[in-house]
Amino acid sequence: MVQILTYLGYFLVLLGAIFLFLGGLGIVRLPDIYSRLQAGTKASTLGAMSLILGVGILALRQPGHWNWFIKAIVIIIFIALSNPISSHALARGSYRHKIKPWTKEDIDAYKDYIEHEGIEKESEEIKNE
Amino acid sequence: MEKQQQLASKPIRFLYSWLVFFIVWLGFTTTLQIPEVLTGLFVSFLLAFFYYDTFTGWGFKGIKLSNIWWSIVYVLNFIWLMIKANFNVARIVLTPKMPINPGIVEFESKLTNPYAKMVLANSITLTPGTFTVDIIGNRFYIHWLDVTTVEPEQVYKEIAEPFEKILLKMFN
Repeated sequence: MVQILTYLGYFLVLLGAIFLFLGGLGIVRLPDIYSRLQAGTKASTLGAMSLILGVGILALRQPGHWNWFIKAIVIIIFIALSNPISSHALARGSYRHKIKPWTKEDIDAYKDYIEHEGIEKESEEIKNE
Repeated sequence: MEKQQQLASKPIRFLYSWLVFFIVWLGFTTTLQIPEVLTGLFVSFLLAFFYYDTFTGWGFKGIKLSNIWWSIVYVLNFIWLMIKANFNVARIVLTPKMPINPGIVEFESKLTNPYAKMVLANSITLTPGTFTVDIIGNRFYIHWLDVTTVEPEQVYKEIAEPFEKILLKMFN
């Protein structure tokens, strides 16, 4: 049992480290802020999650350390809830500061919204308040 | 107005958030010693007092046996999709030529419940290769690292359907 936990724990930690490294590599290689958000926040999500879970499982080997595992689960849930909100806010904020996404075929559905209906409607709503 | 009719009464929402915060406290301290538990009760009381209004709208109404079952199915399905997508992005980053075609696409969601929409948006964001830039009404704007189609129906099938078919069962 202890051996299985050891192998599983170290496997998860290694997987986490690899994905965190790939996330960092993505930040260097990808062209603009939106694509970098993809690599930086997402590839590292699975990385951080499996690393933390691996640490929790490794701690299970010692008697009396089961509470580490529960704490690891709570932290993973917290990452799963907070990570998407922060990356969404960063992307939306950057778009509204007129940072253009890097595209090959000029695919940008959000621009139509911003230019044709969005900003005017929103500023009207703010006035009405 | 319809949204307000769905809400549970204020004391129930308060009790619900108190309970959830207290369970999180227990998870973090993982002890049942009297002083710790009393401190936890007090702290979660304060937090619930200030934040119950934004924390929950339904209270205990959302907890049903079928919902718990579908949540488990959803989480397992989500983990599988996330792992697949992670390997996909890893492949893109490691390929020397970088086979990407980024762009922002849109699709219409069939979900009406705001909580369901939030869960869908967060799941899309957590899946590598796609993230939600904005939600206007029922339209989702998605930044996609490797766009294969711009037709809203096709985008819906590719990105949202695996999540939404479970969410529709969960939230109706």
